[in-house]
Amino acid sequence: MAVMVVTLTIVLFSLITNATFSNTIAQITNKIDVSVFLNDSTTEAQAKQLAASLQKQPTIKKVQYLNKQQALQSYIDQNRNNPDLVTAATESGNPIPATILVYPRNLNQIQSIKNFLDQPKYRKLQTADSPSYNGDRKEAIDNITHATDVLRKIGIVAVIVFAVICALIIFNTIQMAIFNRRDEITIMRLLGASTSYIRGPFVVESAIYGLLSAVFSVLIVNSAFLASSSALQASSLGLLDINYASQYFGQHYVRFLTLQIAIGILIGTVSSVIATRRYLKFKTK
Amino acid sequence: MILLDRVTKTYSRDTDAALDRITLHVEPKEFVIVVGQSGAGKTTLLRLLTREERPTSGKIIVGGIDYDKLKDKDIPMLRRKIGVVFQDFKLLPGKTVYENVAFALEIVGVSNREIKHTVPKVLDIVNLKGKENRMPRALSGGERQRVAIARAIVRQPRILIADEPTGNLDPKHAWDVIRVLEKINRYGTTVLLTTHNQDIVNRLKRRVVTIHHGKVASDRANAGYKA
Repeated sequence: MAVMVVTLTIVLFSLITNATFSNTIAQITNKIDVSVFLNDSTTEAQAKQLAASLQKQPTIKKVQYLNKQQALQSYIDQNRNNPDLVTAATESGNPIPATILVYPRNLNQIQSIKNFLDQPKYRKLQTADSPSYNGDRKEAIDNITHATDVLRKIGIVAVIVFAVICALIIFNTIQMAIFNRRDEITIMRLLGASTSYIRGPFVVESAIYGLLSAVFSVLIVNSAFLASSSALQASSLGLLDINYASQYFGQHYVRFLTLQIAIGILIGTVSSVIATRRYLKFKTK
Repeated sequence: MILLDRVTKTYSRDTDAALDRITLHVEPKEFVIVVGQSGAGKTTLLRLLTREERPTSGKIIVGGIDYDKLKDKDIPMLRRKIGVVFQDFKLLPGKTVYENVAFALEIVGVSNREIKHTVPKVLDIVNLKGKENRMPRALSGGERQRVAIARAIVRQPRILIADEPTGNLDPKHAWDVIRVLEKINRYGTTVLLTTHNQDIVNRLKRRVVTIHHGKVASDRANAGYKA
Protein backbone atom coordinates (compact mmCIF):
# COMPACT_ATOMS: atom_id res chain seq x y z
CA MET A 1 0.00 0.00 0.00
CA ALA A 2 2.83 2.42 0.88
CA VAL A 3 4.34 1.80 -2.53
CA MET A 4 1.03 2.46 -4.19
CA VAL A 5 0.77 5.79 -2.34
CA VAL A 6 4.29 6.74 -3.45
CA THR A 7 3.50 5.77 -7.04
CA LEU A 8 0.31 7.75 -7.15
CA THR A 9 1.93 10.74 -5.45
CA ILE A 10 4.62 10.76 -8.12
CA VAL A 11 1.97 10.58 -10.82
CA LEU A 12 0.16 13.52 -9.28
CA PHE A 13 3.32 15.52 -8.76
CA SER A 14 4.47 15.02 -12.35
CA LEU A 15 1.09 16.08 -13.66
CA ILE A 16 1.08 19.29 -11.63
CA THR A 17 4.72 20.11 -12.36
CA ASN A 18 4.10 19.56 -16.03
CA ALA A 19 1.08 21.83 -16.02
CA THR A 20 2.99 24.49 -14.11
CA PHE A 21 5.91 24.48 -16.50
CA SER A 22 3.56 24.60 -19.46
CA ASN A 23 1.91 27.59 -17.84
CA THR A 24 5.26 29.35 -17.30
CA ILE A 25 6.23 28.77 -20.91
CA ALA A 26 2.85 29.94 -22.15
CA GLN A 27 3.16 33.12 -20.15
CA ILE A 28 6.58 33.86 -21.54
CA THR A 29 5.44 33.01 -25.05
CA ASN A 30 2.62 35.51 -24.78
CA LYS A 31 5.10 38.26 -24.12
CA ILE A 32 7.08 37.47 -27.26
CA ASP A 33 6.29 39.33 -30.42
CA VAL A 34 8.01 40.06 -33.70
CA SER A 35 8.08 43.70 -34.76
CA VAL A 36 8.00 44.40 -38.48
CA PHE A 37 9.22 47.95 -39.10
CA LEU A 38 7.95 49.51 -42.32
CA ASN A 39 9.68 52.06 -44.53
CA ASP A 40 8.18 55.50 -44.50
CA SER A 41 7.63 55.05 -48.25
CA THR A 42 5.30 52.12 -47.65
CA THR A 43 1.68 53.14 -48.05
CA GLU A 44 -0.96 52.25 -45.51
CA ALA A 45 -2.69 50.06 -48.08
CA GLN A 46 0.51 48.05 -48.63
CA ALA A 47 0.96 47.75 -44.88
CA LYS A 48 -2.58 46.50 -44.36
CA GLN A 49 -2.11 43.99 -47.17
CA LEU A 50 1.05 42.69 -45.55
CA ALA A 51 -0.72 42.47 -42.20
CA ALA A 52 -3.56 40.54 -43.81
CA SER A 53 -1.22 38.04 -45.48
CA LEU A 54 0.65 37.60 -42.20
CA GLN A 55 -2.63 36.94 -40.46
CA LYS A 56 -3.31 34.10 -42.89
CA GLN A 57 -0.14 32.28 -41.81
CA PRO A 58 -1.02 29.27 -39.64
CA THR A 59 1.99 29.90 -37.41
CA ILE A 60 0.75 33.35 -36.42
CA LYS A 61 -1.68 33.90 -33.63
CA LYS A 62 -2.32 37.62 -33.90
CA VAL A 63 -1.25 40.57 -36.02
CA GLN A 64 -1.53 44.19 -34.98
CA TYR A 65 -0.86 47.12 -37.30
CA LEU A 66 0.35 50.43 -35.83
CA ASN A 67 0.72 53.42 -38.14
CA LYS A 68 3.52 55.87 -37.46
CA GLN A 69 1.48 57.88 -34.99
CA GLN A 70 0.29 54.81 -33.07
CA ALA A 71 3.79 53.38 -33.07
CA LEU A 72 5.10 56.59 -31.59
CA GLN A 73 2.42 56.53 -28.90
CA SER A 74 3.29 52.92 -28.09
CA TYR A 75 6.96 53.88 -27.89
CA ILE A 76 6.17 56.73 -25.52
CA ASP A 77 4.04 54.44 -23.37
CA GLN A 78 6.79 51.85 -23.15
CA ASN A 79 9.43 54.40 -22.17
CA ARG A 80 7.40 56.49 -19.80
CA ASN A 81 10.06 56.06 -17.14
CA ASN A 82 12.76 57.33 -19.46
CA PRO A 83 11.89 60.95 -20.36
CA ASP A 84 15.13 61.42 -22.32
CA LEU A 85 14.15 58.79 -24.86
CA VAL A 86 10.66 60.17 -25.13
CA THR A 87 12.02 63.66 -25.68
CA ALA A 88 14.43 62.40 -28.31
CA ALA A 89 11.63 60.65 -30.18
CA THR A 90 9.15 63.50 -30.13
CA GLU A 91 11.51 66.39 -30.79
CA SER A 92 12.97 65.04 -34.01
CA GLY A 93 9.58 64.64 -35.72
CA ASN A 94 8.57 61.05 -35.16
CA PRO A 95 11.49 58.79 -36.15
CA ILE A 96 9.45 55.73 -35.19
CA PRO A 97 8.43 53.67 -38.25
CA ALA A 98 4.98 52.24 -38.75
CA THR A 99 5.01 48.78 -37.21
CA ILE A 100 3.25 45.46 -37.57
CA LEU A 101 3.33 43.46 -34.35
CA VAL A 102 3.25 39.75 -35.02
CA TYR A 103 2.46 37.29 -32.21
CA PRO A 104 3.53 33.75 -33.06
CA ARG A 105 1.61 30.75 -31.82
CA ASN A 106 4.76 28.97 -30.84
CA LEU A 107 8.26 30.12 -30.06
CA ASN A 108 9.81 27.71 -32.50
CA GLN A 109 7.96 29.32 -35.40
CA ILE A 110 9.75 32.62 -35.20
CA GLN A 111 12.24 31.50 -37.80
CA SER A 112 9.55 30.66 -40.32
CA ILE A 113 7.92 34.03 -39.78
CA LYS A 114 11.29 35.62 -40.41
CA ASN A 115 11.64 33.63 -43.62
CA PHE A 116 8.22 34.74 -44.75
CA LEU A 117 9.11 38.38 -44.18
CA ASP A 118 12.41 38.00 -46.01
CA GLN A 119 10.71 37.34 -49.33
CA PRO A 120 11.81 40.18 -51.69
CA LYS A 121 8.30 41.59 -52.25
CA TYR A 122 7.90 42.08 -48.50
CA ARG A 123 11.56 42.85 -47.82
CA LYS A 124 11.37 46.09 -49.77
CA LEU A 125 8.55 47.37 -47.59
CA GLN A 126 10.63 47.10 -44.45
CA THR A 127 13.46 49.02 -42.89
CA ALA A 128 16.91 47.49 -42.80
CA ASP A 129 16.77 46.29 -39.19
CA SER A 130 13.33 44.73 -39.58
CA PRO A 131 12.05 42.39 -38.33
CA SER A 132 13.20 42.57 -34.76
CA TYR A 133 12.65 40.24 -31.91
CA ASN A 134 14.42 39.62 -28.69
CA GLY A 135 16.98 36.92 -29.41
CA ASP A 136 18.11 36.55 -25.77
CA ARG A 137 14.63 35.84 -24.68
CA LYS A 138 14.23 33.14 -27.27
CA GLU A 139 17.33 31.41 -26.02
CA ALA A 140 16.05 31.50 -22.45
CA ILE A 141 12.74 30.12 -23.58
CA ASP A 142 14.47 27.36 -25.49
CA ASN A 143 16.30 26.41 -22.34
CA ILE A 144 13.10 26.27 -20.33
CA THR A 145 11.38 24.20 -22.99
CA HIS A 146 14.27 21.80 -23.03
CA ALA A 147 14.38 21.51 -19.23
CA THR A 148 10.64 20.89 -19.11
CA ASP A 149 10.95 18.22 -21.73
CA VAL A 150 13.64 16.44 -19.74
CA LEU A 151 11.65 16.74 -16.51
CA ARG A 152 8.58 15.39 -18.22
CA LYS A 153 10.52 12.38 -19.49
CA ILE A 154 12.00 11.75 -16.04
CA GLY A 155 8.49 11.97 -14.61
CA ILE A 156 7.13 9.42 -17.07
CA VAL A 157 9.99 7.02 -16.39
CA ALA A 158 9.59 7.39 -12.62
CA VAL A 159 5.86 6.74 -12.87
CA ILE A 160 6.39 3.63 -14.97
CA VAL A 161 9.12 2.28 -12.70
CA PHE A 162 7.06 2.79 -9.57
CA ALA A 163 3.92 1.42 -11.17
CA VAL A 164 5.79 -1.76 -12.07
CA ILE A 165 7.29 -2.08 -8.58
CA CYS A 166 3.89 -1.45 -7.10
CA ALA A 167 2.22 -4.06 -9.30
CA LEU A 168 4.92 -6.60 -8.43
CA ILE A 169 4.49 -6.03 -4.70
CA ILE A 170 0.73 -6.37 -4.89
CA PHE A 171 1.22 -9.42 -7.07
CA ASN A 172 3.49 -10.97 -4.45
CA THR A 173 1.21 -10.12 -1.54
CA ILE A 174 -1.72 -11.74 -3.26
CA GLN A 175 0.27 -14.83 -4.15
CA MET A 176 1.13 -15.20 -0.46
CA ALA A 177 -2.50 -14.71 0.51
CA ILE A 178 -3.57 -17.33 -1.99
CA PHE A 179 -0.88 -19.69 -0.83
CA ASN A 180 -2.15 -19.39 2.73
CA ARG A 181 -5.66 -20.16 1.60
CA ARG A 182 -4.84 -22.80 -1.00
CA ASP A 183 -6.74 -25.57 0.84
CA GLU A 184 -9.83 -23.48 0.96
CA ILE A 185 -9.44 -22.58 -2.70
CA THR A 186 -9.00 -26.26 -3.62
CA ILE A 187 -12.21 -27.10 -1.77
CA MET A 188 -14.04 -24.22 -3.42
CA ARG A 189 -12.86 -25.51 -6.76
CA LEU A 190 -14.03 -29.04 -6.06
CA LEU A 191 -17.41 -27.76 -4.94
CA GLY A 192 -17.78 -25.97 -8.26
CA ALA A 193 -17.05 -22.37 -7.34
CA SER A 194 -16.55 -20.27 -10.44
CA THR A 195 -13.26 -18.52 -11.09
CA SER A 196 -14.76 -15.10 -10.55
CA TYR A 197 -16.25 -16.16 -7.22
CA ILE A 198 -12.83 -17.19 -5.90
CA ARG A 199 -10.96 -14.34 -7.50
CA GLY A 200 -13.49 -11.67 -6.54
CA PRO A 201 -12.40 -11.03 -2.94
CA PHE A 202 -8.72 -10.75 -3.90
CA VAL A 203 -9.45 -8.32 -6.70
CA VAL A 204 -11.80 -6.25 -4.57
CA GLU A 205 -9.21 -6.09 -1.79
CA SER A 206 -6.52 -4.82 -4.15
CA ALA A 207 -8.92 -2.36 -5.74
CA ILE A 208 -9.72 -0.98 -2.28
CA TYR A 209 -5.99 -0.57 -1.64
CA GLY A 210 -5.81 1.36 -4.90
CA LEU A 211 -8.71 3.55 -3.87
CA LEU A 212 -7.29 4.32 -0.42
CA SER A 213 -3.83 4.98 -1.86
CA ALA A 214 -5.34 7.44 -4.33
CA VAL A 215 -7.07 9.33 -1.54
CA PHE A 216 -3.88 9.35 0.52
CA SER A 217 -1.75 10.61 -2.35
CA VAL A 218 -4.16 13.48 -3.02
CA LEU A 219 -4.15 14.34 0.68
CA ILE A 220 -0.35 14.25 0.79
CA VAL A 221 -0.02 16.59 -2.17
CA ASN A 222 -2.73 18.80 -0.73
CA SER A 223 -1.01 19.14 2.62
CA ALA A 224 2.32 19.72 0.88
CA PHE A 225 0.78 22.70 -0.88
CA LEU A 226 -0.72 24.00 2.33
CA ALA A 227 2.63 23.71 4.08
CA SER A 228 4.59 25.30 1.25
CA SER A 229 2.22 28.19 0.63
CA SER A 230 2.36 29.25 4.25
CA ALA A 231 6.08 28.64 4.63
CA LEU A 232 7.20 30.15 1.35
CA GLN A 233 5.72 33.56 1.03
CA ALA A 234 7.88 34.00 -2.01
CA SER A 235 5.57 32.00 -4.18
CA SER A 236 8.05 31.17 -6.87
CA LEU A 237 10.70 28.53 -6.66
CA GLY A 238 12.71 29.25 -9.75
CA LEU A 239 10.58 28.19 -12.66
CA LEU A 240 8.19 26.21 -10.52
CA ASP A 241 5.47 28.66 -9.71
CA ILE A 242 4.07 27.16 -6.52
CA ASN A 243 1.21 29.58 -6.41
CA TYR A 244 0.09 28.56 -9.83
CA ALA A 245 0.66 24.85 -9.07
CA SER A 246 -1.42 25.12 -5.93
CA GLN A 247 -4.15 26.98 -7.75
CA TYR A 248 -4.11 24.51 -10.61
CA PHE A 249 -4.36 21.62 -8.17
CA GLY A 250 -7.23 23.31 -6.35
CA GLN A 251 -9.14 23.94 -9.55
CA HIS A 252 -8.80 20.39 -10.78
CA TYR A 253 -9.17 18.71 -7.40
CA VAL A 254 -12.05 16.45 -8.38
CA ARG A 255 -10.47 15.55 -11.68
CA PHE A 256 -7.19 14.64 -10.01
CA LEU A 257 -8.91 12.59 -7.36
CA THR A 258 -10.90 10.71 -9.98
CA LEU A 259 -7.82 10.11 -12.10
CA GLN A 260 -5.81 8.90 -9.11
CA ILE A 261 -8.59 6.56 -8.03
CA ALA A 262 -8.83 5.21 -11.55
CA ILE A 263 -5.09 4.58 -11.75
CA GLY A 264 -4.97 3.05 -8.26
CA ILE A 265 -7.84 0.70 -8.95
CA LEU A 266 -6.37 -0.21 -12.32
CA ILE A 267 -2.98 -1.15 -10.85
CA GLY A 268 -4.63 -3.11 -8.02
CA THR A 269 -7.06 -4.95 -10.24
CA VAL A 270 -4.66 -5.85 -13.01
CA SER A 271 -1.97 -7.16 -10.68
CA SER A 272 -4.43 -9.20 -8.62
CA VAL A 273 -6.06 -10.72 -11.68
CA ILE A 274 -2.65 -11.78 -12.96
CA ALA A 275 -1.62 -13.07 -9.52
CA THR A 276 -4.72 -15.23 -9.15
CA ARG A 277 -4.68 -16.54 -12.67
CA ARG A 278 -1.97 -19.07 -12.04
CA TYR A 279 -3.72 -20.56 -9.04
CA LEU A 280 -7.11 -20.74 -10.64
CA LYS A 281 -6.16 -22.64 -13.75
CA PHE A 282 -7.71 -26.06 -13.95
CA LYS A 283 -4.71 -28.30 -13.62
CA THR A 284 -6.13 -30.98 -15.84
CA LYS A 285 -3.84 -32.61 -18.32
CA MET B 1 -26.08 -41.73 -15.78
CA ILE B 2 -22.38 -42.51 -15.93
CA LEU B 3 -20.81 -43.91 -19.06
CA LEU B 4 -17.15 -44.74 -19.56
CA ASP B 5 -16.14 -46.15 -22.90
CA ARG B 6 -12.65 -47.67 -23.20
CA VAL B 7 -11.15 -45.01 -20.96
CA THR B 8 -7.38 -45.07 -20.56
CA LYS B 9 -5.34 -42.84 -18.30
CA THR B 10 -1.56 -42.83 -18.46
CA TYR B 11 0.38 -40.51 -16.18
CA SER B 12 3.73 -40.90 -17.90
CA ARG B 13 5.16 -42.94 -20.72
CA ASP B 14 7.38 -45.04 -18.49
CA THR B 15 4.68 -46.35 -16.17
CA ASP B 16 1.79 -48.70 -16.79
CA ALA B 17 -1.58 -47.12 -17.44
CA ALA B 18 -3.44 -46.20 -14.24
CA LEU B 19 -6.62 -47.10 -16.07
CA ASP B 20 -6.58 -49.38 -19.08
CA ARG B 21 -9.58 -49.31 -21.42
CA ILE B 22 -12.17 -49.19 -18.68
CA THR B 23 -15.75 -49.54 -19.82
CA LEU B 24 -18.44 -48.96 -17.25
CA HIS B 25 -22.12 -48.08 -17.37
CA VAL B 26 -24.02 -46.91 -14.31
CA GLU B 27 -27.80 -46.48 -14.45
CA PRO B 28 -29.63 -43.65 -12.71
CA LYS B 29 -30.39 -44.37 -9.02
CA GLU B 30 -27.92 -47.24 -8.94
CA PHE B 31 -25.65 -47.85 -5.95
CA VAL B 32 -22.30 -49.06 -7.26
CA ILE B 33 -19.33 -50.06 -5.16
CA VAL B 34 -15.92 -49.88 -6.77
CA VAL B 35 -13.36 -52.07 -5.03
CA GLY B 36 -9.74 -52.78 -5.59
CA GLN B 37 -6.39 -52.62 -3.88
CA SER B 38 -4.58 -49.35 -3.29
CA GLY B 39 -3.15 -48.19 -6.58
CA ALA B 40 -5.61 -50.24 -8.61
CA GLY B 41 -6.99 -47.08 -10.17
CA LYS B 42 -10.12 -46.38 -8.10
CA THR B 43 -9.17 -42.82 -7.23
CA THR B 44 -8.04 -42.09 -10.78
CA LEU B 45 -11.44 -43.25 -11.97
CA LEU B 46 -13.22 -40.83 -9.64
CA ARG B 47 -10.86 -37.97 -10.49
CA LEU B 48 -11.74 -38.47 -14.14
CA LEU B 49 -15.42 -38.13 -13.28
CA THR B 50 -14.88 -34.87 -11.38
CA ARG B 51 -12.62 -33.64 -14.15
CA GLU B 52 -9.61 -33.29 -11.89
CA GLU B 53 -7.93 -35.40 -14.54
CA ARG B 54 -8.44 -35.84 -18.24
CA PRO B 55 -8.42 -39.29 -19.80
CA THR B 56 -5.56 -40.09 -22.17
CA SER B 57 -8.13 -41.69 -24.46
CA GLY B 58 -11.69 -42.91 -24.36
CA LYS B 59 -15.05 -41.31 -23.84
CA ILE B 60 -16.76 -40.16 -20.64
CA ILE B 61 -20.36 -39.02 -20.45
CA VAL B 62 -21.88 -38.10 -17.08
CA GLY B 63 -25.46 -36.92 -16.70
CA GLY B 64 -25.62 -36.24 -20.42
CA ILE B 65 -22.44 -34.15 -20.46
CA ASP B 66 -19.83 -35.31 -22.93
CA TYR B 67 -16.45 -34.57 -21.36
CA ASP B 68 -14.78 -34.25 -24.75
CA LYS B 69 -16.87 -31.18 -25.40
CA LEU B 70 -16.40 -29.71 -21.94
CA LYS B 71 -14.48 -26.44 -21.79
CA ASP B 72 -12.51 -25.31 -18.76
CA LYS B 73 -14.99 -22.63 -17.97
CA ASP B 74 -17.77 -25.22 -17.83
CA ILE B 75 -15.99 -27.30 -15.18
CA PRO B 76 -17.58 -25.41 -12.24
CA MET B 77 -21.03 -26.12 -13.69
CA LEU B 78 -20.20 -29.80 -14.03
CA ARG B 79 -18.96 -30.03 -10.45
CA ARG B 80 -22.13 -28.46 -9.17
CA LYS B 81 -24.03 -31.43 -10.60
CA ILE B 82 -21.83 -34.00 -8.89
CA GLY B 83 -21.54 -34.35 -5.13
CA VAL B 84 -18.13 -35.54 -3.97
CA VAL B 85 -17.08 -36.95 -0.60
CA PHE B 86 -13.38 -37.40 0.14
CA GLN B 87 -11.54 -39.76 2.40
CA ASP B 88 -9.95 -36.80 4.21
CA PHE B 89 -13.27 -34.92 4.46
CA LYS B 90 -11.86 -31.62 3.11
CA LEU B 91 -13.90 -29.53 5.53
CA LEU B 92 -12.96 -25.92 6.21
CA PRO B 93 -11.51 -25.97 9.74
CA GLY B 94 -12.42 -22.35 10.45
CA LYS B 95 -16.12 -22.81 9.76
CA THR B 96 -18.82 -24.48 11.81
CA VAL B 97 -20.77 -27.52 10.65
CA TYR B 98 -23.60 -25.30 9.48
CA GLU B 99 -21.23 -22.92 7.67
CA ASN B 100 -19.39 -25.75 5.95
CA VAL B 101 -22.62 -27.04 4.49
CA ALA B 102 -23.94 -23.56 3.70
CA PHE B 103 -20.64 -22.80 1.94
CA ALA B 104 -21.48 -25.23 -0.87
CA LEU B 105 -24.63 -23.21 -1.53
CA GLU B 106 -23.01 -19.80 -1.06
CA ILE B 107 -20.40 -20.37 -3.74
CA VAL B 108 -23.05 -21.06 -6.32
CA GLY B 109 -25.03 -18.00 -5.35
CA VAL B 110 -28.02 -19.48 -3.51
CA SER B 111 -29.99 -16.90 -1.51
CA ASN B 112 -29.59 -16.69 2.26
CA ARG B 113 -33.22 -17.51 2.79
CA GLU B 114 -32.91 -20.70 0.82
CA ILE B 115 -29.71 -21.61 2.67
CA LYS B 116 -31.46 -21.19 6.03
CA HIS B 117 -34.24 -23.37 4.77
CA THR B 118 -32.15 -26.13 3.19
CA VAL B 119 -29.13 -26.65 5.44
CA PRO B 120 -31.02 -27.81 8.58
CA LYS B 121 -32.95 -30.35 6.51
CA VAL B 122 -29.79 -31.82 5.08
CA LEU B 123 -28.10 -31.93 8.49
CA ASP B 124 -31.14 -33.84 9.65
CA ILE B 125 -30.72 -36.38 6.86
CA VAL B 126 -27.14 -37.08 7.93
CA ASN B 127 -28.20 -37.24 11.61
CA LEU B 128 -26.28 -34.17 12.72
CA LYS B 129 -29.18 -32.18 14.10
CA GLY B 130 -28.10 -30.17 17.15
CA LYS B 131 -24.44 -30.02 16.09
CA GLU B 132 -24.79 -27.08 13.69
CA ASN B 133 -22.48 -24.81 15.65
CA ARG B 134 -19.67 -27.27 16.35
CA MET B 135 -16.31 -26.76 14.72
CA PRO B 136 -15.02 -29.72 12.67
CA ARG B 137 -12.17 -30.40 15.13
CA ALA B 138 -14.76 -30.96 17.88
CA LEU B 139 -16.38 -33.77 15.90
CA SER B 140 -15.55 -37.44 15.57
CA GLY B 141 -14.31 -38.75 12.22
CA GLY B 142 -17.69 -40.24 11.40
CA GLU B 143 -19.44 -37.00 12.18
CA ARG B 144 -16.99 -35.05 10.06
CA GLN B 145 -17.60 -37.40 7.18
CA ARG B 146 -21.32 -36.93 7.54
CA VAL B 147 -20.81 -33.16 7.42
CA ALA B 148 -18.90 -33.71 4.19
CA ILE B 149 -21.78 -35.82 2.85
CA ALA B 150 -24.26 -33.14 3.85
CA ARG B 151 -22.17 -30.62 1.97
CA ALA B 152 -22.06 -32.91 -1.06
CA ILE B 153 -25.81 -33.50 -1.19
CA VAL B 154 -27.09 -30.08 -0.14
CA ARG B 155 -27.28 -29.01 -3.78
CA GLN B 156 -29.25 -32.16 -4.59
CA PRO B 157 -26.83 -33.59 -7.13
CA ARG B 158 -28.01 -36.53 -9.22
CA ILE B 159 -24.72 -38.27 -8.62
CA LEU B 160 -22.80 -38.70 -5.39
CA ILE B 161 -19.21 -39.86 -5.60
CA ALA B 162 -17.69 -41.08 -2.35
CA ASP B 163 -13.98 -41.86 -2.41
CA GLU B 164 -13.18 -44.16 0.51
CA PRO B 165 -15.45 -42.24 2.84
CA THR B 166 -14.94 -44.87 5.53
CA GLY B 167 -11.19 -45.17 5.05
CA ASN B 168 -10.31 -43.28 8.23
CA LEU B 169 -13.19 -44.49 10.38
CA ASP B 170 -13.72 -47.25 12.91
CA PRO B 171 -16.44 -49.82 12.00
CA LYS B 172 -19.24 -48.19 13.99
CA HIS B 173 -18.71 -44.78 12.45
CA ALA B 174 -18.11 -46.35 9.05
CA TRP B 175 -21.56 -47.90 9.18
CA ASP B 176 -23.14 -44.58 10.21
CA VAL B 177 -21.69 -43.12 7.03
CA ILE B 178 -22.74 -46.04 4.84
CA ARG B 179 -26.31 -45.92 6.15
CA VAL B 180 -26.48 -42.24 5.28
CA LEU B 181 -25.29 -43.07 1.76
CA GLU B 182 -27.97 -45.77 1.46
CA LYS B 183 -30.58 -43.30 2.61
CA ILE B 184 -29.47 -40.78 0.00
CA ASN B 185 -29.58 -43.51 -2.64
CA ARG B 186 -33.13 -44.38 -1.63
CA TYR B 187 -34.07 -40.72 -2.23
CA GLY B 188 -32.98 -41.22 -5.85
CA THR B 189 -29.34 -40.18 -6.06
CA THR B 190 -26.91 -42.34 -8.00
CA VAL B 191 -24.12 -43.34 -5.62
CA LEU B 192 -20.63 -44.38 -6.64
CA LEU B 193 -18.67 -45.61 -3.63
CA THR B 194 -15.10 -46.80 -3.50
CA THR B 195 -13.87 -48.78 -0.56
CA HIS B 196 -11.67 -51.70 0.39
CA ASN B 197 -13.65 -52.59 3.46
CA GLN B 198 -14.69 -56.21 2.90
CA ASP B 199 -17.33 -56.20 5.61
CA ILE B 200 -19.16 -53.23 4.11
CA VAL B 201 -19.12 -54.66 0.62
CA ASN B 202 -20.35 -58.06 1.73
CA ARG B 203 -23.18 -56.76 3.86
CA LEU B 204 -24.43 -54.09 1.43
CA LYS B 205 -25.17 -56.66 -1.31
CA ARG B 206 -24.96 -54.16 -4.15
CA ARG B 207 -23.39 -54.09 -7.57
CA VAL B 208 -19.63 -54.45 -7.16
CA VAL B 209 -17.07 -53.45 -9.76
CA THR B 210 -13.61 -54.78 -9.06
CA ILE B 211 -10.68 -52.94 -10.54
CA HIS B 212 -7.35 -54.68 -10.77
CA HIS B 213 -4.24 -53.14 -12.35
CA GLY B 214 -6.34 -50.51 -14.06
CA LYS B 215 -8.78 -53.00 -15.61
CA VAL B 216 -12.28 -54.10 -14.72
CA ALA B 217 -11.66 -57.56 -13.25
CA SER B 218 -15.30 -58.28 -12.44
CA ASP B 219 -18.64 -56.49 -12.46
CA ARG B 220 -21.41 -58.37 -10.62
CA ALA B 221 -24.71 -57.45 -9.04
CA ASN B 222 -25.27 -58.33 -5.38
CA ALA B 223 -21.71 -59.49 -5.05
CA GLY B 224 -19.28 -60.10 -2.27
CA TYR B 225 -15.65 -59.17 -2.14
CA LYS B 226 -12.54 -60.65 -0.63
CA ALA B 227 -9.64 -58.28 -0.28
